[in-house]
Amino acid sequence: MMNLLRLIGGRTASAPVARERLQILLAHERGLRGRPDLLGVLRAEILAVVSRHIVLDPEKVIVRMDRNKHVSTLEVDIEVPTGVERSLAVAAS
Amino acid sequence: MAKVLVVTSGKGGVGKTTSTAALGAALAQMGEKVVVIDFDVGLRNLDLAMGAERRIVFDLINVVQGVAKLSQALIRDKRLENLWLLPASATRDKDALTDEGVGNIIAELRNSYDWILCDSPAGVERGALLAMRYADEAVIVTNPEVSSVRDSDRIIRMLDSKTVKAERGEQIEKHMLITRYDSARALRGEMLSIEDILEILATPLLGIIPESQDVLRASNVGSPVTLNNAASAPARAYSDAVRRLMGETVTMTVPVESKGLMNRFFGRRAA
Repeated sequence: MMNLLRLIGGRTASAPVARERLQILLAHERGLRGRPDLLGVLRAEILAVVSRHIVLDPEKVIVRMDRNKHVSTLEVDIEVPTGVERSLAVAAS
Repeated sequence: MAKVLVVTSGKGGVGKTTSTAALGAALAQMGEKVVVIDFDVGLRNLDLAMGAERRIVFDLINVVQGVAKLSQALIRDKRLENLWLLPASATRDKDALTDEGVGNIIAELRNSYDWILCDSPAGVERGALLAMRYADEAVIVTNPEVSSVRDSDRIIRMLDSKTVKAERGEQIEKHMLITRYDSARALRGEMLSIEDILEILATPLLGIIPESQDVLRASNVGSPVTLNNAASAPARAYSDAVRRLMGETVTMTVPVESKGLMNRFFGRRAA
């Protein structure tokens, strides 16, 4: 039906584009404005906890949040410097 | 018990003032005692929508500053005896409005009205904040257009965090009012659909007001559209919305223009 109408109209429907742009934009803005510093706070606290046990490069701690229609994910990416595996093994023994 | 309802949107020009006047008049037509308050200090317009622009002596700022009593600033509608207007100041600086002053006025109005409708200024600044500050419920006016939907999203988050009710940990009741809706264009995929907007903003729908020449016509003559032409499509849509506000279950439809033959030919030019 939609395709037929599009053929008659001779143009593609722009509403789906509007919808998609809004969804992407709002996912971003909600993350930012819902609580402006949420990611910053999370990052600082995670860094503090992990740093108590492992020496980390603060720049290698990345906290990212994604919001989709069905699921939201919180991704924490911490790069552990080489050599830490050994000290961890020592600490555990 | 009195209900304080803010009509807000973030974006300007989507129909806040038109909707405040139409909803206020429709509530009064149903026998409720209603006051509509213009919070757009410096750019007042609700007086025009209500056709009361030449009857203003005192305004909201005068009351806040203690220059006039609330009863002196309230203007009774000439058509409906249970409808009142509290106008904004046309000249004063918007900073003259204080949180405390607004709180006192709303508290006083709660004693003698069933509905207090606050017409918010555009934007997300102080004026918009003060308009929503003491509200129990909110009508978020949105056009089926990306920037309007985005601003509504922002306003919804303000309602959930910056109102007195939200600060008390209570939920402010929110309603979406979609205005300037053109079902033919939405069907052709040229305009965001109702489903799209509701899904994106996740807020219950109060009503769909069709794009209509009756809205401009009513504005031209200074009469809320629900009073000016109660049988028109937008007036019926506003009346349905008001019945929903009052707790009735009304089937959601998009009222359409019932155009006569003459209207079909001359409607466009005559408006």
